[in-house]
Amino acid sequence: MPGLIINLSIYADEAALLAGLRRHDPDACTCLVKRFAPLVYARALRLVGDPDDAEGVLQTTFIKTCDALPNFDGASSLGTWIYRIATNEGLMLLRQRRPQVAFDAVAELLPADELPQPNHSWTIDPGRAALNGELRDQLAQAIAALPEPLRVVVTLRDIAELSTEETAAQLGITPGAVKVRLHRARLRLRDLLAGYLGFVTEDDDDQTAAPPP
Amino acid sequence: MTKPQHHHHSLERCRTLIAQLNDYLDGDLPPDLCAELEAHLAGCPDCRVVLGTLNQTVQILHTLDAVPPPLPADLEARLLARLALPSAPARGKP
Repeated sequence: MPGLIINLSIYADEAALLAGLRRHDPDACTCLVKRFAPLVYARALRLVGDPDDAEGVLQTTFIKTCDALPNFDGASSLGTWIYRIATNEGLMLLRQRRPQVAFDAVAELLPADELPQPNHSWTIDPGRAALNGELRDQLAQAIAALPEPLRVVVTLRDIAELSTEETAAQLGITPGAVKVRLHRARLRLRDLLAGYLGFVTEDDDDQTAAPPP
Repeated sequence: MTKPQHHHHSLERCRTLIAQLNDYLDGDLPPDLCAELEAHLAGCPDCRVVLGTLNQTVQILHTLDAVPPPLPADLEARLLARLALPSAPARGKP
């Protein structure tokens, strides 16, 4: 069967997309999937850490989105609304998976002598870093390898860019606990980036990151 | 590997202030503590490096989802099928 040819540009405007969805236009629904599913899946995968579970979150998110469309009030953008549904689904799955440990598992205190290595100085343009596939893969793997309480917090705070208070409310923990976990997660990811970028300056010169050989 | 490298006279001081770096970056550190931290940073190149690289780490994390990878074709097909929609364009698999 030849593939459907869908003119996505007819739904470039969110209001038009919503109108299409409300009259159950299949093209509008396909457009919704094509536009938002990649990010929903990427974030679900980061939250739950398992591809099969992330696909479950993805499917549930879109089913709930379509069911709830008549109630969508447009107070936020469609994307924000969908990502919120996805986050809720992902967190619910994590709670079901480990109901006893939940999110107050302790992984927060720095070992007494753990002080960040200072002599890895590097400078990288974040915009270019975003397009560096290898760097993104390294970082994604490092995030995936974080203990769950840290992974979830850094995903919500620094990638989904929720506030400390929103993150605390989502996880049912205190804002203080969010900050402590975020701090640990960021330090670990900083160490990973320092190692990956390999910009080591032996003399602790903090401004002159040498390019790698 | 985890041996502290800070050559500052007081590792305890660095450790205490490093715990505040994220609040500082996020604009959540009270002004008096900001001033204290900045005074320390002025005299501690090691903590300046940690601050600079930590800041870049956060900036990179903010851009991590700017270009999400495309959804794998089989996964998109299953999603569309689940939503009872016409299947996505064929991509070589029967």
